[in-house]
Amino acid sequence: MDYLAIYVTLKLALVTTVFLMVIAAPVAYLLAYYRFTGKSLLEALIYLPMALPPTVIGFYLIIIMGPKGFAGKAWGMITGNSLLFTFLGITIASIVYSIPFAVQPMKASFLKIDRRLLESAYVLGLSKRAAFFRVIIPNSVSGIAAAAILVFLHSMGAFGVLLMVGGSIPGQTKVASIAIYEAVEMMNYQAAGMIALSIIPVSYVFLLLINKLNEDSRV
Amino acid sequence: MTIRASFKTRLKYFDLDISFSCAKKNMIVMIGPSGGGKTTIIRMLAGLERPDEGRLIFGDEVWFDSVRRVNIAPQKRRLGYVFQDYSLFPHLNLYDNAAFAAVNKKEVDELFDLFKISHLRKRKPHMVSGGEKQRCAICQALARHPRLLLLDEPFSALDAITRRGLREELKNLKSGASFPIIYVTHDITEALYLADEILPVVQGKIDDQWMKRTISREPSEEVALRAAREPRLSLVY
Repeated sequence: MDYLAIYVTLKLALVTTVFLMVIAAPVAYLLAYYRFTGKSLLEALIYLPMALPPTVIGFYLIIIMGPKGFAGKAWGMITGNSLLFTFLGITIASIVYSIPFAVQPMKASFLKIDRRLLESAYVLGLSKRAAFFRVIIPNSVSGIAAAAILVFLHSMGAFGVLLMVGGSIPGQTKVASIAIYEAVEMMNYQAAGMIALSIIPVSYVFLLLINKLNEDSRV
Repeated sequence: MTIRASFKTRLKYFDLDISFSCAKKNMIVMIGPSGGGKTTIIRMLAGLERPDEGRLIFGDEVWFDSVRRVNIAPQKRRLGYVFQDYSLFPHLNLYDNAAFAAVNKKEVDELFDLFKISHLRKRKPHMVSGGEKQRCAICQALARHPRLLLLDEPFSALDAITRRGLREELKNLKSGASFPIIYVTHDITEALYLADEILPVVQGKIDDQWMKRTISREPSEEVALRAAREPRLSLVY
C-alpha cells in the first residue's frame, strides 16, 4: 500500500483546512454583514471553483503559478524555487479549489446569529472586531466545524487540479487519488483497492460528524 | 446628567417627530400602542438607529447632531440596554453574561445577590426561566456602570406574577440609581407604578390625551386606583 500517498493526502487536507478556516472566516463575515459595491461579483468569484471543471481551475493555476505567472515569478524571485510541482503549489491549488466549501457554510452560520446579540455586544462596548471573536465565532462553532469537515473531505478527494499543478511526485505531490489513478492505469487493482478502501472510513466518519453537527444545531 | 432628545425620522407607516428631556435620577416611561415608535426612539438613544434629523445631548456631550454630522457609536455612549426578548449570549453562563462588560467583576456577585439569581450563575440562558434571564440582563446592564439605562419592554414576555416581582425590584433599583432610566412599556399599570414622568407615544408623536382616553376606556380597578392615588405623575410634553 502507498502509505506515502495517504500521508501526503492527509497532510494536504489538514493544511488546507487550517489555512481556509483562517482565511474564510473574515471573508464569510464580510459577506454576511456588510453591503458594498461589487459584493455579488466577489461572492460569485469565491463560489466559482464550485461551478468550474477542476481542469479549468488547474489550467489557470498553472498560468498564474508558472514561471511566467505573477505568483510563480514573485515566488521565484523571493525563494529561487518553483511553485509548480511542490507541496506548497498543491496546497494553494487545494485552497482555491475548496474555498467555496469553507465560505458558504460559515456565512450561513453567521447569518443565523440573532442580530440583537451583536447589538447587545456593541451597546456593552465591544468593537466590531471584538464582537466577531467574542460573540460570532463562539455562536457559530457547529457551522465552522461543518465547514472544516467539508473542506477536509473535499481536499482529500481532489484529483484533476492537483495532478495539473503538482504532477505525481512521491512524498511531495502524489496524493491518494493520483496513486489510485496510477495503480489502475498499471492494471494494479489490488493496490488501487487498498488505497481506496483506506479512504472510505475516514470520509464516512467525517460525514457522520457533519450529520451530528447539523442535528445539534437544529436542537 | 440630563438628556435632551429631538428626533425626526421617516418610518414605514408614519413620520416620527418627537422631543423630550429626562433629568438625572428620573425614570421616564414611554407608553403607547404597539408599533407607535417607542422601540425606535430607544434604539436611537442607544445609537443603534440613526434618525434622519435631530439632536441628542447627554449632559454636555453631543451624542447625535444631524447638522454637525455627529453620531457617537453605541460602544462609546456607555449605557445599559435591556432588550425586549432577553438577548443574553447563549454560549455563556449567566455569570459570564453579566460579567461580559463589567467594570468590576466583584460587583456581579453583589448584583446577583440583589436580584436573587446567585444560585444560577453557572447555568446557561436556555436553562433558566424568562424572569431569571431578564434579571441577568439587568445585572449585565448595571455591571457596566451605565450613565443611562434603557429598558425596552423587558417584562413583556413574562407571566403576571413574575412581572409584578420584577416591577418591585426595578422600583427598588430606581430609588438607588444615580442615572436616568428610560422604560418602554404598553402596560399602563406598570407605567403608573414606576414612572416619574410619562411620555405617551402614538404614531411617532407625543399624544398627551392618550393616557386619559385609554384609562377612561379601560378603567380596570388597579389602573383607576393608581391614577387617582398618584397625582404626582405628570405627563411630559
